[in-house]
Parts: sequence; C-alpha cells; structure tokens
Amino acid sequence: MFGLNKKDASLLLIVAVLVAFAPFLLNPFPEGSAMAQFNAGYPDLMQRFVIFGIFAIGFNILFGLTGYLSFGHAAFLGVGSYAAVWMFKLLSMNVLPAIVLAVITAGIFALIIGYVSLRRSGIYFSILTLAFAQMSFALAYSVLTPITGGETGLQLALDDPRILGSATTAEGNIPVPGLFGLEMRDSVELMMGSWVFTFNLGYYFCAIIMLIAFYLSIRIFRSPFGMMLRAIKSNQQRLNYTGLNPRPYTLAAFVISGMYAGLAGGLMASMDPLAGAERMFWTASGEVVLMTILGGVGTLIGPVLGAGMIKYMENIISKINSDILHGWFAFLPDGLEDLVVTMIYPFIGKGWHLTLGIVFMLVVIFLPGGLVEGGQRLAKLFGRKKADNPKSASTEPAE
Amino acid sequence: MGILEVKDVNKRFGGLQALGNVNLSVAENTCHAIIGPNGAGKSTLLNCLVGKLIPDTGSVMFDGQSVLGRTPFEINQMGISRVFQTPEIFGDLTVMENMLIPCFAKRDGSFALHGIRSVMSEAELRDQAEHMLEEVNMIDKRDMHSASMSRGDKRRLEMAMCLVQKPKLLLLDEPTAGMARADTNNTIDLLKEIKEKRNITIAIIEHDMHVVFSLAERITVLAQGTPLVEDTPENIKGHPKVKEAYLGEAA
Repeated sequence: MFGLNKKDASLLLIVAVLVAFAPFLLNPFPEGSAMAQFNAGYPDLMQRFVIFGIFAIGFNILFGLTGYLSFGHAAFLGVGSYAAVWMFKLLSMNVLPAIVLAVITAGIFALIIGYVSLRRSGIYFSILTLAFAQMSFALAYSVLTPITGGETGLQLALDDPRILGSATTAEGNIPVPGLFGLEMRDSVELMMGSWVFTFNLGYYFCAIIMLIAFYLSIRIFRSPFGMMLRAIKSNQQRLNYTGLNPRPYTLAAFVISGMYAGLAGGLMASMDPLAGAERMFWTASGEVVLMTILGGVGTLIGPVLGAGMIKYMENIISKINSDILHGWFAFLPDGLEDLVVTMIYPFIGKGWHLTLGIVFMLVVIFLPGGLVEGGQRLAKLFGRKKADNPKSASTEPAE
Repeated sequence: MGILEVKDVNKRFGGLQALGNVNLSVAENTCHAIIGPNGAGKSTLLNCLVGKLIPDTGSVMFDGQSVLGRTPFEINQMGISRVFQTPEIFGDLTVMENMLIPCFAKRDGSFALHGIRSVMSEAELRDQAEHMLEEVNMIDKRDMHSASMSRGDKRRLEMAMCLVQKPKLLLLDEPTAGMARADTNNTIDLLKEIKEKRNITIAIIEHDMHVVFSLAERITVLAQGTPLVEDTPENIKGHPKVKEAYLGEAA
C-alpha cells in the first residue's frame, strides 16, 4: 500500500486509526468522576500531541538516522511560528499559506545553520547548533523586536493589512485562523452518557498533516537516502572510502528535519495565532531530544510515542495539586495521609519535571531502545506462549 | 608506465621522516606487495595514496591523473578501493545493505538525491549486489546484521563491497592481520580467485611472508621510509639487504 511493505503499511494504518479515534481513546473516564483529570481528550492537548509528534518525527530523521544530535531544533520551530503569524498578519487567516511559508523559512534557516554546524561532528556539532539556537532566541527576544514582538511575542492586531482576507470580522474582532471558511477552533461535542467527546477541526487538520509527515518519514527511512544516512551513523570512514560524500547527505537530513520543525511551528501558530521567543529557548530543544530518546531513537513510531508521553505528563501531572492528593488519600488515618501527601507532593504540580526525570532515567537504563523496545519486549512476553510452534521460532533470523 | 606512479614522495611528521624519496611504480594487472618492518612507513604510504594524508613533496599519479589534493571519496570514484586492516563495514546495516551502498556510489556518484523510492526497488543494483555475494559465498547471510558476523566474514564482505565497484586498483592494508591460519588461507584463496577472474591491479601491504609470497608478483621492501629493493619474490627471498632490514645488522 502506497509503496510501503506490509509491516510499514500496517504500522501506518494503526497510527491512522489511533489518531482518528484519539478523542475517544484519550477520554476513557466519565466527566465528573475522580479520574476525569486523567482525561487528555481535549482539543488543546490533542493538538499538542500531534504537533510535537511531527516535531519529534522530523528530529528523528536527523538524530535517529545520522546520529547527529542537534541541540537547537527549537530554533526552527520558532522560526516557523513567526513566519506563520506574519502570514496571518499580512496575507490572510488561511492556514495553508502560513504553513507553507513556515516550512520554507525553516528550511532556509536550517540550510544556513546546518551548513556551518555540519563542519563538525559529535559533541562539537551539538554545541554549535545549541549556540545558533540561543543566538536565534536572543535575537528574537530583543534585537529583532520589530519582527518578533520581543518579550510579548508576535500577536495579531486589528490593524494588520491581511490583503487577501478581511482585517476584522463583522463584529470588529480579530479573525481566527481557518481553512477556507472552516475555523480551526470549531469543535463538535458528543455526549454519551456521562462521557463527553470533543471533535476539533484543528486537531483533525494537524492529525492529517502528521499522518502525511509520518508516511513521508517511513518512505525516507526505507529509501536509498535513508540507507545512506544510516550508513553515516554506522561508519563514516567506510562511506568516504566507498566514494560517497557524507556532507551533502547530512545537510539534506538536517534541512528536512528543520522543515519538519518549521511545519510543527506553523501548525502551532495556526492553532493559536501567536509566537513567542520562548519557543526557541534551549529547553524546548532539549525537550525534543528527550521525546525522541524516550520513545526510541531511530524507530519509526518512537518519537510520536515519546512526544505523546511527555506532553501528557506535562499537562496532566502538572495539574494535580495537594488538594487533589488529599482527596485521594482521605481514606488513610490523618497523620499517615499527610505523610503520604508530603512524600508525593514534590513529584506533582510544578514538580512534574522530577517525575519526567525519573521516568526518563528508568527508560534509558532499563529500556535503551525507548518505549518501542518496551513494547517489543511485551510482545515477546506474550508471544512466548506461541514459541512451541516451530514456525515462529524459525522466522527469527539467527544473529 | 604503471597504473600507479609514486614519485619522490616525502612525508615528515615533526622530527620523523616517515617517507623519504619514495618511488614506486605498480604495473597494471599485477599484484604488488609492499613489505617492511614495523615503522617502515607502509601505512603512511598507503594513506598518501588514498587521500587521507597529503605528502609534503612529490607526486602520486593514478591512471594518468594526480590524486594529490583529492578527498578519499573522489579518489575512490577514480577507481581505487581500499580494504582496511580491521574490516570497516557498516555494522548497523544488513549484509545486503552493505553491498548496495557501494553499488549506489558507483552508479550515482558521491551524492544523489534519490527521492523516496524504496531501496529494494532498485532491481538492477540488487542483482549486482546479489551476484557479488554469491561470488564470495555469502548469499545465505544476506539479511544478517553485519556487525554480528565473524571477522573472516566481515573481511570477505569488505572485499566484496570493494570489488562490486569494479575498481582498477585494490589496496589491501594487512588483510590477514590477526587472523587464524585457516582464515588467512581462505583470504589468500579469495584473493587468488579475484586476481584470476578480474582485470584488477592489487597493491598489498603485509607482514605475513606466507601471504606475500603466495600472492605477489612484485615486491617492494620499505625500510625507514625509503624503498630498499624492488624485485620478484624469488629474488627478494634471499636478498641480503632485506634480511638486514628485518633481522638487524647481526644477521
């Protein structure tokens, strides 16, 4: 299907189904129940899942295939956001031109930064990209204020020209981003008993783009280009003595992954039309590295899983406060309740980073292949019952 | 006029004269061995041929063109393939993928954007690669992870990767170093077979006299960065200068 082998096609299909039914899957708990705060099926968070999924998929093309660890990818995300918002300000509120410009601008940016940074490899490459990203952040935060809005960020205004669309709505408000008349924030709510499922247009728009991005990344992984990139990670010396020049390959991978980041940035601005310099901050670059490693470096689906996991923790765990904890442990005797709450408290709310850190550590130590390796081990565990069957044993290549 | 002409090559590392006025001519379709004791400059010379090092003075001509100032991948594109002392292969890739990479390099040059068609849809290159794997008796290992193979198999794969590009000159840097006797003999047989079947020039750097004398048609003895003698294996065997270089004055 679509030029994919059977395994990849079924993976794509599974992802497509999961993404399509995410509003149901992420809302397993009925509204008003104690567990409802673990529901993640609201549009804002679901959009973030797929957008950061795109970001991580792109990052994985560079890091997973070539092994070049960029610590400045958030710069491209930020550039994409700014480009998209400018398109909303100048052209129209249609998201398509905004996203196209975001991708192109991020691509050009990546070409320049990549050309310089890829002169070095290993830790020096990482530091160079980090330096460039921090420079971009500093520029956006102060020097380029007329273009980036500085500290307050770039926002839409009533007096923006918007030459192809209306500058204001009939009610005199700033228009919202849309796709040929459909507004990104449009939602349909479905009530089923005490469950409420929200279907948001913006989410499905991002989801379709993520599926396209995911499909493209599978094709890149399986193409000769992808094979060269894996060869670069494996043995640059041999590649050189085989008559291949690694530099243009790594640069192409860098630009492609920069364009993915720009796409994510453009989508972010399309969902919520503002852009701020903090999107370029180095912690944002670090986050995508964590996502990719958490999910599984060099695997197809890993980055998406990692992005989902981190964004889920960021939004759900950080919402738990001490009152909620007291509610959970109310059944315990008073003194014990306080003790348990005090022990858990550092890991929730603003302390969610602590939880993330622990999860990350556990994954890196016990599952070096990330969540994907965890899944494979589970599959093996459950598949062991079938191991008596000689057929399944012989399909494993002897290694 | 040989296919490879090294003239007056000097290379100095700080105070050490690694190569001093090296002259070497490798005739087409022969197997030329370069031997010498440790520190004689064999590897330095080899690195000068493939673009890893640039000699201080002198010239290196291959097939009528200078190789100096070219990068290793450009020199490979000219038709020189190199086999390393420890097998250099793409350990993270399967044997088949290892074979396909040189095929792509040969067909498309040092860089090509291939679009997003699958690697495996390149029927012509796949045939080439499979054919070569059959020739070195590795076709049954085609889907194996190459890092998990034995050293002898890695060496075989590396040679197959070089040969599939149909190089004019094959450079071998101590191809049997650290190998068991049986593996060494296998390698010798493989090289003999390669020599007989193809029009290929082989330059080999080797410590093991057994290998040298069973393969080489011409031998250059290098000592302290300068060639001592160049002659046929028969004449080299009893040459007093060679004995002196290897065993010291006392012999």
